[in-house]
Amino acid sequence: MKVPVTNSKNMSVQAIHNERIDSETGKLGMWIFLFTELFLFGGLFLVYAVFRAKYSADFHHAAEELNTFIGTLNTVFLLVSSMTVAMSITAIQKDDKKLALFLVGLTVLLAGLFMMNKYFEWSHKFEFKIYPGSEVLKNLPQGELLFFGLYYMMTGLHALHVLIGMILLLINIVKIKNGTVSSNHYLHLENSGLYWHLVDLIWIFLFPLLYLIT
Amino acid sequence: MKNEGSHISSYTSHAVVLIALLALTAISVAATEWHFGAFTVGVALLIASIKVATVIINFMHVKHESLFIKAMVSGVFVLFAAVIVITFIDYYLR
Repeated sequence: MKVPVTNSKNMSVQAIHNERIDSETGKLGMWIFLFTELFLFGGLFLVYAVFRAKYSADFHHAAEELNTFIGTLNTVFLLVSSMTVAMSITAIQKDDKKLALFLVGLTVLLAGLFMMNKYFEWSHKFEFKIYPGSEVLKNLPQGELLFFGLYYMMTGLHALHVLIGMILLLINIVKIKNGTVSSNHYLHLENSGLYWHLVDLIWIFLFPLLYLIT
Repeated sequence: MKNEGSHISSYTSHAVVLIALLALTAISVAATEWHFGAFTVGVALLIASIKVATVIINFMHVKHESLFIKAMVSGVFVLFAAVIVITFIDYYLR
């Protein structure tokens, strides 16, 4: 559709209007993608619920192997990182590029700490030969085998999302630096933020299911 | 030149939300010590759901989105819960 241009003021108003529509549709697309992610993990939650009901004693026993402290610490890392990424959007809206860069950087750092914890946690289990396909795991009761299978699958898939989120946030750092993401155009940061919050949401459910309900 | 209509959340409001989320996490961890018997899973999932709603409404900015996004997000989460609960009940009562 051709837009009649009368003067430069009208043009800028039209530009703002278009930017608003782009932002709305861009965010809508991101939400639809996040819903598919939600149902991906939802399937795993359901498998967990069914097997937990079937082998409750085994699940109870196996879950005691997990370190609640590390799980809680990782929850804190993700919650704080969710706040920092939300704050980075406020910073970019207020045109405070320096603060936005700092906050996105801090989010990546917290994500790194989460991954480091996960690395130590998994390595500790590997030392005791508890990993998919190991002889120790094969000789465990059926329910415990299922618990650890689900534990590796769910935390592994979640960790993959953390890594992708970190890459998206790093791209934002570059984009903020070169001005592609600014107080006028920050949809990329908003959508990466939405993705990062999803990573947090999934963990909010995984944490009590795996670490707390023993 | 800012986009008109896009709400700017304050840093303080984000910090308050974080404190609430951390408090809920602490309650959730402490609740495992109290043992509610059959309700333990229910209590843990209830607290998790409150946390998830807090993140979606505040950090994910849904509070300030259009009615369309608000309706879509809440609708999909209700559908999500229904799929999980109904399928589980179907299995459980078989």
